[in-house]
Amino acid sequence: MQAFEYAAPSIKQQAVALLGNTWEDAAVFAGGTDLISSMKDNLLAPKRLVDIKGIKELGGIDFTPAAVRIGALVTLEQLLAHPRLGREYPGIIDAAAGVTSPQLRSRGTIAGDLCQRPRCWYYRAGFGLLAKDKDGKPLVPNGENRYHAILGNQGPAYFVNPSSLAPVLIAIGAKVRLYNGSSSRDVPLEQFFVTPKSDAERENVLKPNEIVTDIIIPAIPAGERLSATYEVRQKEALDWPLAAAAVALRMNGGRVQSARVVLGHVAPVPWGAPDAEKVLTGKRITADLAIEAGKESVHQANPLSKNAYKVQLARVAVKRALLRAAQGGA
Amino acid sequence: MADKRKDKAEETTKAGISRRKFLKGVGVGGGMLGSGVLSGSLLQDGHGAQAAATKVLGPGAVAIELNVNGKRWPLTLEPRVTLLEALRDHLELTGAKKVCDRASCGACTVILDGSPVYSCSVFAIEAQGKTIQTVESLADGDTLHPVQAAFVENDAQQCGFCTPGFVMATKALLDKYPNPTAEQMRLALGGNLCRCGTYVGIRQAVMQAAQNSPQNSHQNSKTRAPQAGRQSRAGGGHSNA
Repeated sequence: MQAFEYAAPSIKQQAVALLGNTWEDAAVFAGGTDLISSMKDNLLAPKRLVDIKGIKELGGIDFTPAAVRIGALVTLEQLLAHPRLGREYPGIIDAAAGVTSPQLRSRGTIAGDLCQRPRCWYYRAGFGLLAKDKDGKPLVPNGENRYHAILGNQGPAYFVNPSSLAPVLIAIGAKVRLYNGSSSRDVPLEQFFVTPKSDAERENVLKPNEIVTDIIIPAIPAGERLSATYEVRQKEALDWPLAAAAVALRMNGGRVQSARVVLGHVAPVPWGAPDAEKVLTGKRITADLAIEAGKESVHQANPLSKNAYKVQLARVAVKRALLRAAQGGA
Repeated sequence: MADKRKDKAEETTKAGISRRKFLKGVGVGGGMLGSGVLSGSLLQDGHGAQAAATKVLGPGAVAIELNVNGKRWPLTLEPRVTLLEALRDHLELTGAKKVCDRASCGACTVILDGSPVYSCSVFAIEAQGKTIQTVESLADGDTLHPVQAAFVENDAQQCGFCTPGFVMATKALLDKYPNPTAEQMRLALGGNLCRCGTYVGIRQAVMQAAQNSPQNSHQNSKTRAPQAGRQSRAGGGHSNA
């Protein structure tokens, strides 16, 4: 690991002032569960780490009549331990519990989950986010692509978004608040993630001199708080999902008034499934309807040479998330 | 001397930092053991006054203090030294093991301010002011801690390399839930791997340790841990660490 400077500011203005104008200058450091490993592998070599854990205003979970604010530094363990959050947004709890390691949950933060780098093993082995050989040919389409994208993979990006929480946060309409030292901007979470088109781009719109300060979730009226996340994993213990789905339902008289269905780990960004949402609207949730929605959610899938199995896993994830959401909620 | 160094560093930042110069800067810092602050930064700060309000430490070694197993240990370490490296290489506490060194296997598990963490993925410098418990703190002389004794009695190891991590993850679980459900136990040990596959023995050991734990001798049914799952209250009182 390359040596670096370390600073632990106590207010967010100082934190941003300590960041640089390029990604090589400095890195925001919170839970470190991804950053430290990336630095050991020389994927990242920031000259300075700005440890934001001492910034009190970046913590805490606050409920107001209109919204819930979750501070960037709230850990996955703190999400799990928050009774009201669990009652009103059960899909968040499903997703946080999916990180089946208390060691990671006690350190990993909500903003870190959103900002972690892709797990693509070509990227992790130093071939770059767009994973090309020395002649510029993409390595993934004919390579070891069993964990890669089945949607949004027309190139040049083939990795999958690694966030556990993003699908459900998008499904419930979350925004992410970004701060640049003088002003904040709120970005709907589905617009925070982007598919890079060139090596100059990254997988989200965050700039090198910005930090995530808060996640803002609109309040949901009682009786409409149906959400769930379902992950298909190889292991019960700590593992990355092969496919995941999050759903949020608003019901009216036992029928779906509106639905959001968002898939995880199937595309370079969390993948909204509007066709599945259309299938659900106006209907009662049954096992058959959930199966149909699962089919619709991936009907445009374009699997690579070794990951066609993920299409079926994604269908199952959608079905099970829907059935789980329909049972739960307040 | 310090002023000269500062001038040099300022020149460097004006010119932009080359890799060679950066490494040179690291070397300079390395010679400043214990001084606390590297005079002159590797980075040009965009917002001078705000940035100046925060001390920038390193990249050379700086004086830090760790509170490990109830004792304070003064150390002089670069910011890039992990807590695991500090424990093993500087404090000779080699119970926590370096296996994957990538926050995946759990062999390096220690308890930081009451929560289990992968010490390979914590920097020593940020663990200052926190309570660090390692496996070395458990036994009282030749008397094993109930968790350790249960691992021995249930043959809960084969090669034993993962064992200290499992023991600390188990201790963190039982500190929080003296009577864990099977589900809570499964979730609490999900961050530890045993390549020999001794999970059956480990699960038996955890349940036995729960029955034998000192907290449990005066437990009653009222203090049973809640069911795991959606409504589980997995903890509380964590810092943002």
